[in-house]
Amino acid sequence: MPLLEIKNLQLEFGTVDRPHRVVDGVSLKLEAGKTLCLVGESGSGKSVTALSIAKLLPSPPVRYVGGEILLEGRDVLKMPPGELQKIRGGVVSYVFQEPGASLNPVFRIGAQIKESLTYHRPEKANDAEVIRLLKLVGIPAPEMRLKNYPHEMSGGMQQRVMIAMALASQPKLLVADEPTTALDVTIQAQIIELLQSLCEQLGMAVLLITHNLGIVGDIADDLAVMYAGQIVEVGPVRDVLKNPLHPYTQALIHSVPKLGRDVTRLTTIPGTVPNLGSIPSGCRFHPRCPKAQPPCSTEPPELMTLANSRQVRCPLWDSPNLNQPANGSL
Amino acid sequence: MNLLEIQNLKVHFPVRKGLLGRGKEFVHAVDGVTFNIAPGETLGLVGESGCGKTTLGRAVIQLVPSTHGRILFNGEDISRLSATDLRSRRQRFQMIFQDPYSSLNPRLTVLECIGEALDIHRLAPDRAARRERVDKLLKDVGLDPSHADRYPHEFSGGQRQRIGIARALAVQPQLIVCDEPVSALDVSVQAQIINLLKDLQDAHGLAYLFVAHDLAVVEHISHRILVMYLGRIVEEGESKSLCRSPLHPYTRSLLSAVPVVDPDSKRSRIFLAGDVPSPIHPPSGCPFHPRCPMAEGRCKTEVPQLKSIGSDRTVACHLFP
Ligand SMILES: Nc1ncnc2c1ncn2[C@@H]1O[C@H](COP(=O)(O)OP(=O)(O)O)[C@@H](O)[C@H]1O
Ligand SMILES: Nc1ncnc2c1ncn2[C@@H]1O[C@H](COP(=O)(O)OP(=O)(O)O)[C@@H](O)[C@H]1O
Ligand SMILES: [Mg+2]
Ligand SMILES: [Mg+2]
Repeated sequence: MPLLEIKNLQLEFGTVDRPHRVVDGVSLKLEAGKTLCLVGESGSGKSVTALSIAKLLPSPPVRYVGGEILLEGRDVLKMPPGELQKIRGGVVSYVFQEPGASLNPVFRIGAQIKESLTYHRPEKANDAEVIRLLKLVGIPAPEMRLKNYPHEMSGGMQQRVMIAMALASQPKLLVADEPTTALDVTIQAQIIELLQSLCEQLGMAVLLITHNLGIVGDIADDLAVMYAGQIVEVGPVRDVLKNPLHPYTQALIHSVPKLGRDVTRLTTIPGTVPNLGSIPSGCRFHPRCPKAQPPCSTEPPELMTLANSRQVRCPLWDSPNLNQPANGSL
Repeated sequence: MNLLEIQNLKVHFPVRKGLLGRGKEFVHAVDGVTFNIAPGETLGLVGESGCGKTTLGRAVIQLVPSTHGRILFNGEDISRLSATDLRSRRQRFQMIFQDPYSSLNPRLTVLECIGEALDIHRLAPDRAARRERVDKLLKDVGLDPSHADRYPHEFSGGQRQRIGIARALAVQPQLIVCDEPVSALDVSVQAQIINLLKDLQDAHGLAYLFVAHDLAVVEHISHRILVMYLGRIVEEGESKSLCRSPLHPYTRSLLSAVPVVDPDSKRSRIFLAGDVPSPIHPPSGCPFHPRCPMAEGRCKTEVPQLKSIGSDRTVACHLFP
């Protein structure tokens, strides 16, 4: 049994008359101790998918329209409130993009970690455990650091504190939503390295969300690519990066600037992620797709399962690239 | 002649030392920086957060006063100008910012926002001319002129950055200081904005001071690159050559942290331990020595000076005597 299995999840915002389906049939699987990366441009529905794992999105405004979220085999969407409270920050912990915004500015960081311990493991709510956690996340001189206020730490150090707090409950699943997006590339490399070593040391599973494909190769086992509320490609990370099948995945990979590449223009994905109110008919990516054929604008493609644990939502995945890059509206 | 010549520029901010603190201390945000920018050239500026990139960029166009040094723009020292004279020169240098969400006034439509820039410098004689000019600017940056009456919140992050660029372009500047203009954007949108900046440079002969922390982005857009650490330049060179064969250990670590998609890329990561130290009490000797994997005895005591290596490279490191 996988640690986490999301089956055909459907989420809506908006009114019942004019619903905005922001997650439309997402299925994902994550085994204990493994790392799954979820990538896609802003607005594709990564965060709402991640937040729904512990049912953190209040309803309303969101409506959980359909699907299941099985955590250790039990459906989170059907859990009574008391039980939900227990899995939040228990089995599942979260780390978000802005560590500065998630930490309380008026308390010392030691006290904040201790509070998290008091809640989940009261027998361990002491300085020794706080110091052990700070050491685990690579904070130097933890005995001194626990007396710091958040503003006395750099962004990278604050993110390490957030990870220490998330680890306080000894979660089986850590959901990290763009944990390095606000950080320098040097610090980003450190945090990714840290997450990777924590996975190995603690046997914890990680769902890592990012829009940057440049950081997934080092850490992920599997990679899922999301576009406009749907999964468009899933597979083992190496295979997907080496041989992406969906034109969107290919475009995302090509848009990462590469050092030492002597080109006058960077490759872009023309246009923008569609608005919620105006999801294109047929394949949602077709207006931006260099491979698009007439049927793509009318027939919504299914997610097809291929050999080697790969899935792709494009019937043209094995046809060669015939067209010139199409309708570059921007 | 150079468009811009910066000579030994320093910006120090006073900070209060505790409540009962005696005497003032200073943040040495920019600490003796010298460089030039030619017309139509892009100079990249890289370094980690807190090393002084924003302060340097703002000081160059006198949005923050400099403590010391000369800023020659078209041969004239703009750091010595009266407020009125400076205002009349502002048309020549503009700035675009990292955060396309907070750098536009939410209460102004795109037309009003760009029109305001035209009005300040009296560049549109009447309403019709103003509208015509705004439409042209929007087209130039890849936006639909029929959206001119919309407000910033109706646009995506990348589109807002285009609005910021159109506003800067409105006054026909010679230099634009771009402070991390793509750092907050999706990778796919980053590429669009960088291509746009290059096209505009070709069309209008603009010079850029382009600030970022991702060297892959900076390499692509820049002719030359400055690497900054704790308020000082540690290396400068032609961009391709600097990225191919970096000399300073700090430049090498920055390059090794650049995200790479290819899972088989055989590169060695040089992890930089720790953070940038406090610019209030910068380390003795070479400011990078506490984090430097190659530091030796004298790095702790002697400040390395910038020295020329070959025809187009300068580096401040004792490894290169
Ligand atoms: N509270 C909310 N109310 C209405 N729409 C929302 C809300 N939160 C997210 N959305 C919409 O859901 C879509 C997916 O958002 P999100 O999951 O944040 O995307 P991502 O994390 O991939 O950038 C977006 O179009 C966003 O505008
Ligand atoms: N107005 C100010 N007053 C005091 N210190 C400042 C001010 N602006 C910036 N600093 C400090 O100067 C240093 C350089 O900051 P900044 O130029 O923003 O760096 P960067 O843009 O490279 O991140 C930092 O230590 C910062 O805290
Ligand atoms: Mg998100
Ligand atoms: Mg800055």
